[in-house]
Amino acid sequence: MSDNLTLPAQQGSTGASTETLLKVEGLTKHFPIYGGFPIKRKVGAVQAVDNVDLTVGVGESVGLVGESGCGKSTTGRLITRLLEPTGGRIEYAGQDITHAKRKQLAPVRSEIQMIFQDPYSSLNPRQTVGTIIKSPMEVNGIDPAGGREKRVRELLELVGLNPEHYNRFPHEFSGGQRQRIGVARALALNPKLIVADEPVSALDVSIQAQVVNLLQKVQDELGIAFLFIAHDLAVVRHFSQRVAVMYLGKVVEVGDRDSIYNRPRHPYTHALLSAVPEVAMDDETENRERIRLYGDVPSPIMPPSGCRFRTRCWKAQDKCATDEPPLVQISGNRDGHLTACHFPEDPTTESRGEDVVLDPALKALEESAGKD
Amino acid sequence: MPDGRHEPEQAIAGTGMGGTMDLGVDEAEALEKRPGGGGGPGPEGKPRSLWSDAWRDLRRNPVFIVFALVILFLVFISLWPSAITSGSPLTCDLSRAQEGSRSGHPFGFDGQGCDVYTRTVYGARTSVAVGVLATLGVAVLGSVLGALAGFFGGVGDSVLSRITDVFFAIPVVLGGLVLLSVITSNTVWPVIGFIVLLGWPQLSRIARGSVITAKQNDYVQAARALGASNSRLLLRHIAPNAVAPVIVVATIALGTYIALEATLSYLGVGLKPPSVSWGIDISAASPYIRNAPHALLWPSGALAITVLAFIMLGDAVRDALDPKLR
Ligand SMILES: Nc1ncnc2c1ncn2[C@@H]1O[C@H](COP(=O)(O)OP(=O)(O)O)[C@@H](O)[C@H]1O
Ligand code: SF4
Ligand SMILES: [Mg+2]
Repeated sequence: MSDNLTLPAQQGSTGASTETLLKVEGLTKHFPIYGGFPIKRKVGAVQAVDNVDLTVGVGESVGLVGESGCGKSTTGRLITRLLEPTGGRIEYAGQDITHAKRKQLAPVRSEIQMIFQDPYSSLNPRQTVGTIIKSPMEVNGIDPAGGREKRVRELLELVGLNPEHYNRFPHEFSGGQRQRIGVARALALNPKLIVADEPVSALDVSIQAQVVNLLQKVQDELGIAFLFIAHDLAVVRHFSQRVAVMYLGKVVEVGDRDSIYNRPRHPYTHALLSAVPEVAMDDETENRERIRLYGDVPSPIMPPSGCRFRTRCWKAQDKCATDEPPLVQISGNRDGHLTACHFPEDPTTESRGEDVVLDPALKALEESAGKD
Repeated sequence: MPDGRHEPEQAIAGTGMGGTMDLGVDEAEALEKRPGGGGGPGPEGKPRSLWSDAWRDLRRNPVFIVFALVILFLVFISLWPSAITSGSPLTCDLSRAQEGSRSGHPFGFDGQGCDVYTRTVYGARTSVAVGVLATLGVAVLGSVLGALAGFFGGVGDSVLSRITDVFFAIPVVLGGLVLLSVITSNTVWPVIGFIVLLGWPQLSRIARGSVITAKQNDYVQAARALGASNSRLLLRHIAPNAVAPVIVVATIALGTYIALEATLSYLGVGLKPPSVSWGIDISAASPYIRNAPHALLWPSGALAITVLAFIMLGDAVRDALDPKLR
């Protein structure tokens, strides 16, 4: 395990200080919708991921954050090549894997692994824990020194489970323990990149921190790069060196951790941040802005024109409906801090005197309910 | 078969993931909070697979025990009928026609003067043979086609779905009357072939749905992400999690196939004399129902109990495999 130890990426504000491991350009996934009778044909598409650019450096941990339904899982599954991209390019360690077939992917497979959200559906209920953790080695014909059995025990120990439990079945474990088994399976091949798709959001709050700590430990000790997917900014706060914020299939803001948490520019990032309960960043002011986003993410089948966030944005103007804002570095932002917005917010999270409430009708409802 | 076809599919929808959520999570979660999280889940001892859990449930279920014993008995007498009867089903004495029960002939005699007891015992062989062989054929053909269609999807899946629709539209008894009436062979094979021909679409539908459910589980994606081949995904991950509904429906179907064989034989297109079948005996006895009701009663009763036994067994197995349905 120690032989592939890589130095953890520097916690840099530039983000470009490390060698690039994964480079995603213009990544697009449209799920076709079929309809019609008697002969089914394509009648539309779910634009789940649209033109996403993303990089992950060697040993770097990147957070991918956005409300549910905005295409995070799809992005993760495209990168692990569980889904076939509609467009764009995925480059891993300099190698184009965008449309690689199973056999061509074989050398890369072991280096990119995935941890799944649902610890109940991600482990085969008919296999023992040992079989589950061993099968990555079987499939890829890897024989570690001391045998696969020994490696399974090592992995179980590494993730904080009793190595003697290798012949138990998943249903004998709790959610948190199952997630640890999923981590052990992902580690079995000494990966260089792990895509963790909301690995703790299905767990009890008290257990979430333990699993995040485990992942952090794994990241630090083994120098594995992480793409950590989460639906709020709280979970990835301590974990990620860089954070990308996604909305309706697009990356709307990306930057180093400090920029995103303390100097966010995109209104959506502001909204997400204000939803984080008690974010006490080190240099936090008491007085935080409050923004409440009402309603759901619009349908990715017919996303709003121009800026996709405009239907819920309090700063939206005519331009937002016609021109799509490019993801660029706005003046005053650090290097690598990119924002896709025509009318960015001030780089602060301080209170603005009055709460921003995005849906007047709902606000009225809320107020009248408050009076009763 | 005609009326029972769609019902089992409904009743076991979702059995694919049998019981995985039903855990002592609270108990295990508490253990997890121990330092290091290395607390042992559940009591120490042998690891429990879902199959062994199901078997433990079944052993405690009196309904299962009773009907499993009935089925074991039926299988036993179809293999060794001479163990419980010394006569031959084909030795008949017209002079004793329609006689009632007497010593050595507990069920009496039928219209041809044959011993009803002996014929009922020997009839089990036909029923069990047709039921078991037809079910094997249906299960293999139906589940292989259904599993492949469900796994790969696409054009093959659409074609298979349309074909099964066509088969579902065929009235079974009418189809049997038409197709089997042209066959002269007097063995069980034409009947078995006919049942397999009309029966596989039901199983293929179950297998297809079950495979599609199992395929969506993240462990299949996880295995795919590790580079597992399609055959490994199907055999190691999908089939073991999709097979339960197929077993349940096949067991229930076995009972209905036995009833179908009897029906076809009753109508004169299944097995014909001198073969021995409960359907033939029921048919032969019905004209004498007033004078010799016993000749009708015994084969009918044997048929009813046999069909019931398989249906109840299937039910019990379903409950054991999917505790959520209880
Ligand atoms: N296999 C699929 N077929 C069709 N639509 C899909 C599929 N997978 C995801 N989607 C749609 O794509 C959008 C993004 O989904 P997802 O990537 O799961 O979002 P997230 O993980 O951010 O919650 C959703 O609207 C979802 O309904
Ligand atoms: S581009 Fe316009 S609608 Fe979009 S976030 Fe910026 S201000 Fe809001
Ligand atoms: Mg998701």
